Amino acid sequence: MWNYEKRLQYPVKITHTNPKIAQVIITQFGGPDGELAASMRYLSQRYSMPYKEVMGTLTDIGTEELAHMEMICAIVHQLTRNLSVEELERSGFDKYYVDHTLALWPQAASGAPWTATYFQSKGDPITDLHEDMAAEQKARTTYDNILRLVKDPEVCDPIRFLREREIVHYQRFGECLRLTQEKLDSRNFYAVNPAFDSCPVK
Amino acid sequence: MMENKPCRRELMDWINVVSFVVDDVKLFLDTHPGCEEALEYFEEFQKQRVEALKEYAKYYGPLTLDTAYTPEEYWCWIQEPWPWQEGGC
Repeated sequence: MWNYEKRLQYPVKITHTNPKIAQVIITQFGGPDGELAASMRYLSQRYSMPYKEVMGTLTDIGTEELAHMEMICAIVHQLTRNLSVEELERSGFDKYYVDHTLALWPQAASGAPWTATYFQSKGDPITDLHEDMAAEQKARTTYDNILRLVKDPEVCDPIRFLREREIVHYQRFGECLRLTQEKLDSRNFYAVNPAFDSCPVK
Repeated sequence: MMENKPCRRELMDWINVVSFVVDDVKLFLDTHPGCEEALEYFEEFQKQRVEALKEYAKYYGPLTLDTAYTPEEYWCWIQEPWPWQEGGC
């Protein structure tokens, strides 16, 4: 179960609205390498993960991703609050506005809706951990791309925090992969799938 | 009795700092469960986090379920702004 904590993991305080950049940043809410997909990926994968360290890591990083999703939503919300019709027409935000007004809805920057096909839950620890490490790097690249477009320091600051967390999570998943491989046959890591085949515990 | 009311902004910043330490060390401990140095670090900052959350709830309303004790006749949880709003975080 989860309890809500009434604060953001890192503060978001944006003074100036910018609906144009909001349409780019929303991709980290509902896009292919966004925080919603990240959270759903880890929280789905953990049930078939046979090792306690990795179950813990998937649970705790999957939880932190929900807090990141909340930060992204706060950024988009603050960038689009109190918009006038003129402003949203001028910025190209009118296409989002017509379907969602100023509400948050999980979509990519292209407008493609969020989908579970953005992630995999394969039921093989080595496969899932490689997916997780790749996901963290893809999200890091997305934040690097966002940072090239953002000029406002009040927006850059929380985005930089989120980018750094991708690197820490990549490190933790790398350790999970090492721990997993240490429990398997070093002559052939793929001899069995420890989440499916019964195998002697090393 | 005069009470020394802490600055809201400073207390929230402090909660964010100690909570981040706890969050980050927690992830490290997931893959290094026997690391004594990390365990000590976790224990120290977790204590400070609990204290700071209690202090915040006393003056500015609860941030967590466990500090949502309220002596007033009104449910304070919905009273203060939410974190995505102005003045909320």
